[in-house]
Amino acid sequence: MKINKIAKAGTLESNDILIMVMPNENGGVELELESIVMKQFGKQIKKTILDKVQELDVDNITIKAQDKGALDYTIKARMQTAIERAM
Amino acid sequence: MKKLRRTMLFMPGNNPGMLQSASILGADSVILDLEDAVSLTEKDSARILVREAIKVIDYSQVELVVRVNPLDTEYGLKDIDVISRVKPDSLMIPKATEEQLQNIDEMLTKVEAEEGFNNGSIKLIPIVESAYGLENVYSVINSSKRVVAVLLGAEDLTSDFGIKRTKEGEEIFYARNRVSTACRAARVDAIDTPFTDTNDYEGLAKDTLKAKSLGFTGKASINPRQIDTIHSVLAPTEHEIKHALRILQARDEANEKGLGVFSLDGKMVDAPIINRAITTVELAKILDLI
Repeated sequence: MKINKIAKAGTLESNDILIMVMPNENGGVELELESIVMKQFGKQIKKTILDKVQELDVDNITIKAQDKGALDYTIKARMQTAIERAM
Repeated sequence: MKKLRRTMLFMPGNNPGMLQSASILGADSVILDLEDAVSLTEKDSARILVREAIKVIDYSQVELVVRVNPLDTEYGLKDIDVISRVKPDSLMIPKATEEQLQNIDEMLTKVEAEEGFNNGSIKLIPIVESAYGLENVYSVINSSKRVVAVLLGAEDLTSDFGIKRTKEGEEIFYARNRVSTACRAARVDAIDTPFTDTNDYEGLAKDTLKAKSLGFTGKASINPRQIDTIHSVLAPTEHEIKHALRILQARDEANEKGLGVFSLDGKMVDAPIINRAITTVELAKILDLI
């Protein structure tokens, strides 16, 4: 699956995550994450985001995410919305 | 045991924090809202978020309702298709007509078969919020066996009438009577419109009492702080419970004597009074009041 444009989903409110996705001209998947719980859950959040990218079979994507304590279901939902909006 | 539907709490569908806390705020039902609480630009996002929330959050202690967008918008059908597949208890349908409810019923039957859910397991709660809906409320209820309750939506209704909505609610007196009568006739719950001033508890109590006295069984709420007030008004009072218990005791004594009609405190007691006493005692038992 290919994304064609820049798109965002989510908010910066607590329990949410703001995700921006854009086509990656260098190819592959790039992820930049900021989180208020980076130390404790950074790895898990990255994994959740990347799993969703894989599930939706998206290549060549740059993802910038600002997490405000979102649970996994929110991260998955926002990621899916961002990708759908970018197609 | 009968599940109560005294309070139905609206929660915005695009707010993860509220979706997470919805089930522990004390309401009998929570309504995850995809309609008015979600801006047009976020309809897609809210739909996906609510679907994911239902998959993982434990809503088993409440009735889980999702208010979808009206079917005459581009979002309504998609909402129903996506949300019904994660099996909410009920879908709330704005401005529902008979034809729309029949179509939704067929759609749900198909989804239930595809997903392996029991046929008829997803219920429907239409909102009466237009002059058409009010005039046809009984046939709207009867257009699908899935309908378990009706919500009166007074804000949109008064807007459709072009009249002012007031705290006292005289302008919806007829609508309340019409909805509660149709609901009682069809044996479904009648849910009253929300009271929109979330800081006026006295006004909320009065408004709830008015609805209760006209036959409503529950009330929608738009803030968790309204729940306790609504529950306390809808619960039978201590006096009502005592009186009901005395009636039932007197009935038992009359039965032993072979009397069909008897008197208590100088007043005749017959079947309707006994039935009301039974309902009061049943409710009091459910609420742990006796």
